[in-house]
Amino acid sequence: MPSPAVKARAFVALWSGALVALFALALWSLSVGVSDVSWNTLWSSSDDDMVAQVLLYSRVPRTLALILAGSSMAVAGLLMQMLARNHFVEPSTVGTVESATLGMLMMALWAPDWSVWAKMGVAAVMALLGTALFLAVLSRVKLRSAWIVPLVGLILAGVIDAGATFFAYQHDMIQSLRAWANGDFSVVIEGRYEMLWLSLGVTLLACLAADRFTVAGLGESFATNLGLNYRRLVWQGLVVVAVVTACVVVTVGSIPFVGLIVPNVVRLILGDNVRRSVLWVAMAGAALTLLCDLVGRLVIAPYEIPVGTVMGVVGSALFLALIVRGRRRAG
Amino acid sequence: MENTTQIAASGAATWAERWRMPGVRLGLLALLAVLAGVAFMTVGVQTDWAFVIEHRGIKLLTMLVVAGAIGMSTVVFQTITHNTILTPSVMGLDALYQFIQAVLVLTLGMAGVVAWGVLPKYLLEIALMVFFSVLLMRWLFTGQSSSLHLMLLVGMVGGIFFRSLTSFAMRMIDPNEFASLQDRMFANFNSIQLQLLWPSMALMALGLAWIWRQRHVLDVLALGRDVAVNLGLAYQRQVLQLLVVMACLVAVSAALVGPVTFFGLLVSNMAYQWMGTRRHNWVLPAAVLWGCVLLLGGQVILEQVFAFNTALSIVVEFLGGMVFIYLLMRRGKA
Repeated sequence: MPSPAVKARAFVALWSGALVALFALALWSLSVGVSDVSWNTLWSSSDDDMVAQVLLYSRVPRTLALILAGSSMAVAGLLMQMLARNHFVEPSTVGTVESATLGMLMMALWAPDWSVWAKMGVAAVMALLGTALFLAVLSRVKLRSAWIVPLVGLILAGVIDAGATFFAYQHDMIQSLRAWANGDFSVVIEGRYEMLWLSLGVTLLACLAADRFTVAGLGESFATNLGLNYRRLVWQGLVVVAVVTACVVVTVGSIPFVGLIVPNVVRLILGDNVRRSVLWVAMAGAALTLLCDLVGRLVIAPYEIPVGTVMGVVGSALFLALIVRGRRRAG
Repeated sequence: MENTTQIAASGAATWAERWRMPGVRLGLLALLAVLAGVAFMTVGVQTDWAFVIEHRGIKLLTMLVVAGAIGMSTVVFQTITHNTILTPSVMGLDALYQFIQAVLVLTLGMAGVVAWGVLPKYLLEIALMVFFSVLLMRWLFTGQSSSLHLMLLVGMVGGIFFRSLTSFAMRMIDPNEFASLQDRMFANFNSIQLQLLWPSMALMALGLAWIWRQRHVLDVLALGRDVAVNLGLAYQRQVLQLLVVMACLVAVSAALVGPVTFFGLLVSNMAYQWMGTRRHNWVLPAAVLWGCVLLLGGQVILEQVFAFNTALSIVVEFLGGMVFIYLLMRRGKA
């Protein structure tokens, strides 16, 4: 049994190691791109501020957006898993993302001149409704086998997506729909990503309530027994998930599977305690998103593969691995 | 007065009896399919007939091929796997086909594809498809009998995996062209690859004829593995052969119109409900006929009656998804 001091030292070492790794990834992300930004040119030539401009208006916002979106989507996934009491759900597999996209589509069709914040609000409300619909359908399914929950979610997402595609097809907006459905950070410049700070704020609020969500994950009767207002807590969690999803979909488009893979991997190591794992989930989410975006930028440079596509491949492969692993353990 | 009601009642009884006969039901369904076909060819004709017959005739043929391929392959798949909610496309097989297509283009290059010609490339795709889907099915369905929901989840996530890989490969092929290609990722019955129509028809006819000859074998297979083996069936070989033909049929429909996730599910379940029997000599034609009715009738209703400018497959996905959730919920209760 290691003494508390040794444990604390290991903890600090682990944390600082993770932070350094994240920082290194962020620096790498800053230096990759079409125009050459090497650190020498940045410091040596003060008269040529082209490099500084590229950095300030394009690279830094992009890297920040990646970190913000990745970490908040990962935490949103963790919350979803607590609320649905199943490890295999996340916003992009239960219809939250598709509902937010539908909301964006409605705004683009009927109120194109509203401000982007109002559009985001509508998308958030739609995301909230879509997620609530999922939970409602779930409560009607009597047999709660662990596998039926993500299954219902995936199909519901497909149904909502088909509804959105139906309208988009009639108004010739398939391209915009696909853009929202596939996360892409190449459009991020100064002034185009600030909404993501809101999603970070909401995520931090959720972190403060981490203990409550741990209890909620133990089920309604248990949570009520401990004196929690279960229904209110579920709605609060849903609002967090909806706002985060809407912010990310509006600014960069959906980033699938971050919220599924990251919490599950962290859970394998740290267990089900939300308070202990939430910061790790946020950091790992940011790191994974940064990494996938880097892969997308490097594979066919100077072109780019959007992070949503890269994450789709990596995420669904890891998801399959998790399922097969679960099957082995269950069988 | 009493007499007349009695006669009416007895008449109703005979009608009800007749109504229950599978032959009558199949005949009615065939009539419905023919009506849908006639409506499809004739409703709303404005220009001269020669053009209409050629233009719509090609679409009609395509839809018949797709209905036949999807109906037969789905019923065969469901008999082999002993359930009514797994279908080849839900298990991600047509996503696999698209992925094979994309990888072929990526490895051969555009010039290589042109040099190969359409037909050899098509045959190569089908051969690869058969190989990989049989491998995939073997991996999924051997070993310990796992839960149905788990299989479904593996299939659906596998489908997402193949689709993501496909769009990844397509971006690698040509980032500029991608935006226009991406629009064709969902099934469209209006843009048809004409060069593939004739070989597809031939393949479909062969597959259909073979499966039709195996209909009694399928009846035995439906009884379960142990009973089938006990009755003297070479179980492994039969299932393997059926899987190969099924993979061909899936490839045929995916090559012609692209992926339609829930169409097979709708068609097969409608066939089981409508015929009220699981004997394959009734269910197989019923599934194909329902496919024709849904495709042709649906297209007529969408295009002519509602004047909707939309792809039929989107509506099928929407309805099929809801039916699927309903089936899952009903199974959960039982």
